[in-house]
Amino acid sequence: MDRKTIEKRVRDIIIKQLNVNEEQVTPTSAFLEDLGADSLDLVELVMAFESEFSSEIAGEIPEADAERLRTVRDVVEYIMAKLD
Amino acid sequence: METGASLNRVVVTGLGAITPLGLTFDKSWEALLAGVCGIRRVTKVREELFPCKVAGEVIDFDAAAYLGAKEIRRNDSFTHFAVAAAKMALEDAQLDIGRCNPYRIGVIIGSGIGGLQTIETQARILFTEGPRRSSPFMIPALIADIAGGVTAIEVGAKGPNFAAVSACCTGTHSIGEAYHFLRLGKADAMLAGGAEGGVNVFSFSGFCAMKAMGTAFNGEPARASRPFDARRDGFIMGEGAGVLVLETMEHALARGATIYCELAGYSANCDAYHITAPKLEGENLATAIGQALAEAGLAKESVDYINAHGTSTPYNDLCETNAYKLFFGEEGAKKLTISSTKGATGHMLGAAGGFESAICAKVIQTGRIPPTINYEYPDPACDLNYTPNKAVSGKVRVAINDNLGFGGHNAVLIFKEFAPQ
Repeated sequence: MDRKTIEKRVRDIIIKQLNVNEEQVTPTSAFLEDLGADSLDLVELVMAFESEFSSEIAGEIPEADAERLRTVRDVVEYIMAKLD
Repeated sequence: METGASLNRVVVTGLGAITPLGLTFDKSWEALLAGVCGIRRVTKVREELFPCKVAGEVIDFDAAAYLGAKEIRRNDSFTHFAVAAAKMALEDAQLDIGRCNPYRIGVIIGSGIGGLQTIETQARILFTEGPRRSSPFMIPALIADIAGGVTAIEVGAKGPNFAAVSACCTGTHSIGEAYHFLRLGKADAMLAGGAEGGVNVFSFSGFCAMKAMGTAFNGEPARASRPFDARRDGFIMGEGAGVLVLETMEHALARGATIYCELAGYSANCDAYHITAPKLEGENLATAIGQALAEAGLAKESVDYINAHGTSTPYNDLCETNAYKLFFGEEGAKKLTISSTKGATGHMLGAAGGFESAICAKVIQTGRIPPTINYEYPDPACDLNYTPNKAVSGKVRVAINDNLGFGGHNAVLIFKEFAPQ
């Protein structure tokens, strides 16, 4: 899976979960600061990433990893790294 | 008045509702007067699973008219209904919280059960996929007090806020508790009432297991809920919300509000007898009516109308009839105009007291009294004037709303025509 495909899937989840517009979601958008998420949204967002990429990341994002996922790019790179 | 020796008078200035009869209070009211029934074949649960196959469902409700997409997803239907009814009540009252001291505007909106749909969905996830898949919104969505919390966020009300939870008395207690805050000078205005998302698999399975729900008229849903009728055989599940704007008389008059009526008395007690069955002799409900009237400074002869709990269960309707006879006397009880609007709405559980209190306010304002529909076969034990099948007109100066709830709760509110002096 290439970076573009992953990015698209990550962005689609964010748009749906946080109910934001496509234009708002740039690689550097931060969930809390830029996309109006709260702490509960973040938990749900991570669960959505786990479901979406369950085959790529073995179903679970450890809490310590989840805490470091602050922007769209963070998530894309995290999943890329898991693929390598 | 912050605190003080004398108590504030409390008035009703706004009404809002979502019911099986309509998506506004006014539409529900018109349908009630026309004798329309909101009960149909159930669609929100698989009817083949249950002996009861009918319900008063809220249909075509679009929560997006009242809440953002994220708030809709995070919350259960009872909260959607509550916020909608509260916003409509505020609009009806023309109360702009932005122009008030927000710390003096409170919200007490309860739910009889809370987010049963959320419990159902999340229990399934928990037991099939494990706790790691539990939603972080599960708890906030299902707790019964969240409707008032979300309402406060939506409208910016920072005053007293909690929920009364007392099954089918929830709306009644919530209004009564809000009245206390106003009476004591601890708030200027309160949004108060109840909400319930009652039509789901959990509630159907639980209430059917109790044999509390009617099953004799599955083929004719509009005849299924029949309060005080001899062939009543159980309640029919309803859902929705009913919310009132209550204000101190002083606050309402100062802003030139239109006043429906005064809320003049409230009483609550318990049968201390059985978890679900009311005490058939009705003495505790009779006592509560007496206490509420005494608080309002009204004689029993002054009561014109009672919106009965009238659930269409054999026990409830007999208990209420007995209570009225006990308190008003055989002759006095026969002079009352009584109706149960649950023939039309089904039993909206925690929302019932909210919607039925709004009906009392509207009855006083308009002199129109909605009927008890499906009253066809007189029950010799229930022999009062239940306003059968057709709305009537008449001056109503004093109206009572009473509700009973599992747990043995009895709650009574006294509404009266407003006069400044």
